[in-house]
Amino acid sequence: MKEPLSTTGLILNEPLLWEKGKKGRSGFSLPQRDVDVFPMDDNLLGNGPDFPDLSELDVVRHYTRLSQWNYGVDSGMYPLGSCTMKYNPKINERQASLHGIAFSHPMLPAELSQGILKIMFHLERYLSEITGLPAVTLQPAAGAQGELAGMMMIKAFHQNSGSTKNKILIPDTAHGTNPASSAICGFTPVPVKSNELGVLSLESVASVMDEDIAGVMITNPNTLGLFEENIKEISGIVHSKGGLVYVDGANMNAIMGIVNMDDIGVDIMHLNLHKTFSTPHGGGGPGAGPVCVGKDLEPFLPVPRVVKKNGSYFLSQDFPQSIGRLHAFYGNVGVLIKAYSYILSMGSMLKKASQLAVLNANYLKERLKGTFHLPYDRPCMHECVFSDKLQEENRVTTLDIAKRLIDYGFHPPTVYFPLVVHGAIMMEPTESESRETLDLFIEACKAIADEAKQNPELLFEAPTKPKVRRMDETKAARHPYLAG
Amino acid sequence: MRYLPHTDQDINEMLKEIGLKTLDDLFECIPKECRRTDDLNLPKPLTEWDLNTHMDNLAAEMAVPPDYKIFLGAGSYNHYIPEVVKQLISRSEFYTAYTPYQPEISQGTLQAIYEYQTIVTLLLGMDVANASMYDGASALAEALLMAIRITKRKKVAVSRLINPYYRQVVQTYLSAQGYEIVELPFLKNGTTDLSGLHDLEEFAAVAIQSPNFFGCIEDLKSQGERIHSDRKTMFVTAFTEPLAYGLIKNPGSLGSDIACGEGQSLGVPQSFGGPGLGMFASKTKYVRSMPGRLVGQTTDKNGKRGFVLTLATREQHIRREKATSNICSNQGLCALSTAMYIACTGGTGIRKLAALNHDKAEYLKKGLMDAGAVIPFDTPIFNEFVVKFPSDFKDTYAGLLKKKMVAGLSIAPFYPELSDHYLLCATETNTREDMDALIKEVKS
Repeated sequence: MKEPLSTTGLILNEPLLWEKGKKGRSGFSLPQRDVDVFPMDDNLLGNGPDFPDLSELDVVRHYTRLSQWNYGVDSGMYPLGSCTMKYNPKINERQASLHGIAFSHPMLPAELSQGILKIMFHLERYLSEITGLPAVTLQPAAGAQGELAGMMMIKAFHQNSGSTKNKILIPDTAHGTNPASSAICGFTPVPVKSNELGVLSLESVASVMDEDIAGVMITNPNTLGLFEENIKEISGIVHSKGGLVYVDGANMNAIMGIVNMDDIGVDIMHLNLHKTFSTPHGGGGPGAGPVCVGKDLEPFLPVPRVVKKNGSYFLSQDFPQSIGRLHAFYGNVGVLIKAYSYILSMGSMLKKASQLAVLNANYLKERLKGTFHLPYDRPCMHECVFSDKLQEENRVTTLDIAKRLIDYGFHPPTVYFPLVVHGAIMMEPTESESRETLDLFIEACKAIADEAKQNPELLFEAPTKPKVRRMDETKAARHPYLAG
Repeated sequence: MRYLPHTDQDINEMLKEIGLKTLDDLFECIPKECRRTDDLNLPKPLTEWDLNTHMDNLAAEMAVPPDYKIFLGAGSYNHYIPEVVKQLISRSEFYTAYTPYQPEISQGTLQAIYEYQTIVTLLLGMDVANASMYDGASALAEALLMAIRITKRKKVAVSRLINPYYRQVVQTYLSAQGYEIVELPFLKNGTTDLSGLHDLEEFAAVAIQSPNFFGCIEDLKSQGERIHSDRKTMFVTAFTEPLAYGLIKNPGSLGSDIACGEGQSLGVPQSFGGPGLGMFASKTKYVRSMPGRLVGQTTDKNGKRGFVLTLATREQHIRREKATSNICSNQGLCALSTAMYIACTGGTGIRKLAALNHDKAEYLKKGLMDAGAVIPFDTPIFNEFVVKFPSDFKDTYAGLLKKKMVAGLSIAPFYPELSDHYLLCATETNTREDMDALIKEVKS
């Protein structure tokens, strides 16, 4: 066996910012004062926030050390299921930080903002082409806000036709945000069970479908990594009762250029640009969650919308049926720029990216079944879901396996999700990983499965290599220390 | 394609392992009638060179400083961002990581967010803060929804002097759930008028922005006392320019129950309005009703200090439809920028910087007054203020645009009764020379 991926290295301790500062230091170059002091009323003056004063090098070392305690896609394979941790191309960062883009004010007249408006207009067209749905809003700042926008539009659509439909069907394989997003719009979520094949059956949808159902919210491909193969028929049933079909497009990375959402009866879907379109996750954000809709829902899209007239672009609020505004300005433009840059770099190669993402997931699935229990042994899309069932006899759990993977130099997969699989281990390799990296990961998984049998203590004690060991999360929740 | 590492040989061997022949075979599990028959109609892939040229050309169509002299804030502020922040935020261990689900290998993000939470509580004078809100507008909407949850009341009052776009977002969020919004008018001095606010016991919250959209500093203390004359009604304070609290009293010391707003000013590029940073802070007693993710301090199994995501039982992945919000992300990278920015300024620097902003705006205000413009609202300001120009100023404004000068924002579209009123802003980035040039143009 080659030398393993993970090794030890010099990691430095670093205190909290305010344990470090000293009054009188400065890390900031204050501009020249070219105006006189204008005294402010004493009643209004505060004491000023008690922030620590640090030198520039103090700040640089602080954040450099902190960064070294993190694991990112640039560090290594990050097979976090349903999160699509693909490579974030560096060139996209350049485009978003161009002076003309990063320093642009959102409220200048349209004639002074043509560059970004043009980008937004064309990005909408590209996302429309990729999903097959004709109209797009780029405004939602995250996937969850996209879901919220989608639910609001479904509500507005029904209200507009005088209907009082108030329930949303949500499969048991859905993301946790789905029921929360529908509830915020006043809908009652109605759960639907997936069948023994891990997908929604026609019968289960038909059995709960009635005139009160405003729509169905399906993740497709679903969180088991399976394509909802009955989607077209399900759309038919839902439409026949006047309902709408919402697709959570978090997993679009599997099917770019493969499936046209309009053709399969989808009315509305959101995309996660920070997943499918390569924009970085940023330690949790900012992302972007554009929503694509069919013609019937277009009047309800959030405002403002980018409009083209006589060869120039401007923002219009003139859509009387719109659900309104969701963002202080126009959404996470900096993120949109990166996705635009990615789409222009890839072009029609996006289909190849989806093919390779699916190839990688199926390769992992084939090579690891037997090592870990595979509850749904079927061809998968972009991700595959295992469980800890085979390790149960050694009292080893999914959590132990995940933590041990860290010692081997990998970010663990998503764990304990989806809920329909007990002890789920959800792996999404993405197209970015080479065969060699996958093989190394597979080797690590197999070695860990052996350790689970031979020496489970290694797993219970894991991880041992990072800066800190397993954390006491109960203590954190019982006695919350949320600020220093 | 440089982002796709697979060679033809890799593909063939991997397919063989799976028992398939072609890449198309991978999609046999999708029914034929669901599969796309046409190819994606997208432009041909661009090389890095061509892409750079394309983007450079688009960026060149944007009007930005220093080429343009822009005296405009209105929710998005041009402040200098130290090179240190730009360099450190580019460390990809930060920006290519996800939400810190695995604390052992996410301590960098977790400690940074913990520090950010602390910075926000110090800045706003509050007890707890999160790093989860998308922007100032949705932070305000979430704050009002939180007050509705806590008080179980269905009506809120919102000052007309809150940024108009924020009020539109509040409308979108609250009307979807059937809650009622009452708008509070403003007084002649450019601050919120609470005199018509009766039946406080019906209101979950009263929301006031300070400095408000006109740039005026509100009397939060007496407003808070008035609002708290009903024991349950919550005082929600908003802001678009948090740098102000480097100089003026913070909302927590003036009675705010939830303080929320936009953090872009503190180290985040304007980027045509997004991504921004929703700041959100409250009193400790409300923490379990807060939306969004929180980072807490704890220890590892060896007793070593570390940080984790905590109080997750409020959240969507556990509570599903009963969650406090559907938000599942952090505004991680923007929060990190702000923490880095504050680490650079320190307490001493932010005070000086805030004072400089104030003094620049006062200089410009006085200069314009001397040039004959009217200052309609006689209330102290931070770095923004409203000016009433003569009714033919529209043409002057257009002429100034041609001279690459943006003389603020006409606020008549938001306040029809205020025709010829413009909102102007000066920060440390606007030089005296540029301000003098604007004053001269107005005079002529």
